[in-house]
Amino acid sequence: MPERPANDRIKDFNEVALGFSLDEAVAEAKRCIQCKNPKCVGGCPVEIDIPGFLKYLAAGEIEGAIKKIKEKNSLPAVCGRVCPQEDQCEKVCILGIKGKPVAIGALERFAADWEREHKAKAGDKAKDKDKVKVSVVGSGPAGLTCAGDLARMGYLVTMFESLHLPGGVLSYGIPEFRLPKEIVKLEVEFVKSLGVELMCNALIGRTLTIDELFEQGYKAIFIGSGAGLPNQLGVPGENSQGVYFANEFLFRVNMMKAYQFPEYLTPVLMGKKVAVFGAGNVAMDAARCALRLGADKVSILYRRSRAEMPARKEEILRAEEEGIEFALLVAPTEIIADDKGRVKQVELLKMELGEPDASGRRRPVPVAGSEFKLDVDMAIVAIGNSPNPLIPRATPELKTEKWGGVIINNETATSIPGVFAGGDIVRGAATVISAMGDGKAAAKSIDNYLKR
Amino acid sequence: MNKIIKKEQLAYNIHLLEVEAPLIARAAKPGQFIVIRINEKGERVPLTIADKHAENGTIEIIFQEAGASTKFLASLKAGDQINDILGPLGTPAHIEKVDTVVVIGGGVGIAEIYPAIKAYKNAGNKLVTIIGARSKDLLLKESKIKEASDELHVTTDDGSAGRKGFVSDILKEMIEGEEKISLVYAVGPVPMMEAVSNVTKAAAIKTIVSLNTLMLDATGMCGVCRITVGGKIKFACVDGPEFDAHLVDFAELRSRLATYRDKEKEALEHVCRLLGG
Ligand SMILES: Cc1cc2nc3c(=O)[nH]c(=O)nc-3n(C[C@H](O)[C@H](O)[C@H](O)COP(=O)(O)OP(=O)(O)OC[C@H]3O[C@@H](n4cnc5c(N)ncnc54)[C@H](O)[C@@H]3O)c2cc1C
Ligand SMILES: Cc1cc2nc3c(=O)[nH]c(=O)nc-3n(C[C@H](O)[C@H](O)[C@H](O)COP(=O)(O)OP(=O)(O)OC[C@H]3O[C@@H](n4cnc5c(N)ncnc54)[C@H](O)[C@@H]3O)c2cc1C
Ligand code: SF4
Ligand code: SF4
Ligand code: FES
Repeated sequence: MPERPANDRIKDFNEVALGFSLDEAVAEAKRCIQCKNPKCVGGCPVEIDIPGFLKYLAAGEIEGAIKKIKEKNSLPAVCGRVCPQEDQCEKVCILGIKGKPVAIGALERFAADWEREHKAKAGDKAKDKDKVKVSVVGSGPAGLTCAGDLARMGYLVTMFESLHLPGGVLSYGIPEFRLPKEIVKLEVEFVKSLGVELMCNALIGRTLTIDELFEQGYKAIFIGSGAGLPNQLGVPGENSQGVYFANEFLFRVNMMKAYQFPEYLTPVLMGKKVAVFGAGNVAMDAARCALRLGADKVSILYRRSRAEMPARKEEILRAEEEGIEFALLVAPTEIIADDKGRVKQVELLKMELGEPDASGRRRPVPVAGSEFKLDVDMAIVAIGNSPNPLIPRATPELKTEKWGGVIINNETATSIPGVFAGGDIVRGAATVISAMGDGKAAAKSIDNYLKR
Repeated sequence: MNKIIKKEQLAYNIHLLEVEAPLIARAAKPGQFIVIRINEKGERVPLTIADKHAENGTIEIIFQEAGASTKFLASLKAGDQINDILGPLGTPAHIEKVDTVVVIGGGVGIAEIYPAIKAYKNAGNKLVTIIGARSKDLLLKESKIKEASDELHVTTDDGSAGRKGFVSDILKEMIEGEEKISLVYAVGPVPMMEAVSNVTKAAAIKTIVSLNTLMLDATGMCGVCRITVGGKIKFACVDGPEFDAHLVDFAELRSRLATYRDKEKEALEHVCRLLGG
């Protein structure tokens, strides 16, 4: 898929990948050999009929293609952009064995973008099913999918979101240059057009409790409140000025548009020498944002090796092209501040790889006496997020794992009758598409529960 | 959208707004706050719920023009709309019956203590209130507070009303005197809260402060409000904003509040240009 050259794109926050032209898309779709037993479908967590939509595309019938996709996936413009396709549908595409798999994600994106540009797309409102009220907490991919499916089934759905904008991580986390906010907005509009009522600025657990939602006549509740709690390094100096948790940095930049400060009133620091701890998608996004805010040097500091980096391959490559430096097998031991309390250095310890740990990845082991210091004027901690504890804390009957995940059975039901959950609040930080898969499964379970 | 029902100037640069927010008015408890975003380009600003009128579905906020956002807020009039209001936020004040409670408000913090005064009083405590400001005309809600308290002491920096001096001077005298104080609750500028904390620490009197950290989402996601309390990192927006004063790392709080000082100046100039026409 064509993309903008690195030296051009690092000057702004506009999208990096440009997408296929019609001819390119048709040609790529024609490569699909329409397997009788298509492996790719099994690789997609929401089981899109991939050969089905590719067949339409190959014939140039884009409307048919998008309809086919939307039977299973209500956010194709998002998934086409941020799914880890190389680990999912494209990984198991039969053509990948000998050559290149079909570019399924890019084609999904193409179909969704085409529809956005060519057709006003309001969904059909289903008939109200005896006006049964259901509420959805959180408007990230899990909540949006669950709400959309429930509305299609005919329920009266209200989606509560604590922030001033819907979309969850799609709005506050993933940057504009990877997922334009206009697209998120339109995907949300689509879900609303199905009849879902969205209520922002409502923090469930504080503005209204789960009990109060039942009192207000909601017959079932889906919790999709995500994994918004940032993990800490736990080293001295972490609270110095200029040390960000990635969530704060990305929230300022993406949701509050701090890159347009002072026209937008939320400020963000613009470090010149920036250290980013971690090597997942969040770390890549933070590093690339820091670069676009004018940093001279941005280093990704990771305690394992390249092979273990959890970010999408494509995004690692793009980060590298843009000039992000990778310092592997190092771990921070201290963040050092100047006399005004502002970060000036990080102390790092070299690591080597030992035996595999519980995750199957080789465990990093410190090399004694290998400490060294790196000069920085800003640091970003991006070492993962945990499930948001606010609802569990406000709802003692809701059972959780020790690490904070809400416990569900194989029908997505929690320990409270009528309350279901899915997405990152259950899995811990995972993926957009798995959250959507959970939202879908929960909608089905809620329907079954309410029919009982 | 949330409509402004009433606007009142309480003192130079200090304003009261009564705003429509029915869900918040119903749920709010003493010690809680809201986050507002005035318009599309606005910041998320935390402000204490100074009072609520559940029957009218409104809440009151009292704020000081400190920088860009509060200056902008001060330019709004009754009938105007505020884009976003989120709340009630934070853990409610833990109101208990002890014996004698001293509630202290400094500066715009005076406006924030009213719900706590009422709640501690209703719980059956003897309530002594100390309020302090730079000068007489900055003493907010004095009559309302006097009515709700068993005893009221007033200090001003310049001596224009009450005693010349600081709230902590009166507190020190009370501690040295006859009365046994069970709990101190203080809201105000960081140096004031720190001074109060130092006085009560020496006398081993439990003290609660409400911390004005920087905030962003105020739902526990970003960590900008983090502060070391008793050696552990806490998020003021969800774990607080009230903490045991004797465990708070005030030096760290001061440092973190300074993070955006230069940017705040730039933002203020921008807003002044906008408002200046
Ligand atoms: C920076 C970043 C980059 C990422 N990149 C990728 C990627 O490239 N590909 C990929 O597949 N995945 C990626 N992920 C992971 C992916 O975004 C998440 O797994 C996914 O968004 C989880 O969806 P969710 O609906 O469970 O939760 P979220 O998207 O977190 O949404 C939860 C929503 O609930 C709201 N909420 C929370 N508590 C309450 C409450 N009490 N009341 C009301 N509302 C509440 C939150 O404000 C939020 O809007 C990335 C994550 C981050 C942070
Ligand atoms: C939980 C909570 C409740 C609050 N309640 C109230 C309230 O009821 N009334 C009220 O007037 N203010 C209150 N504040 C403080 C208020 O949020 C800030 O004054 C406001 O954010 C300033 O925004 P600004 O853009 O106008 O000024 P900025 O440009 O952000 O700041 C201008 C000046 O004010 C100082 N300042 C900024 N933020 C703070 C702060 N949090 N504490 C102390 N000084 C600060 C800065 O150092 C700077 O010198 C509260 C803060 C918190 C966290
Ligand atoms: S949703 Fe994701 S996994 Fe499924 S087909 Fe699209 S890109 Fe592949
Ligand atoms: S596995 Fe590949 S070739 Fe086969 S149907 Fe799926 S996309 Fe087409
Ligand atoms: S303000 Fe973001 S976590 Fe407290």
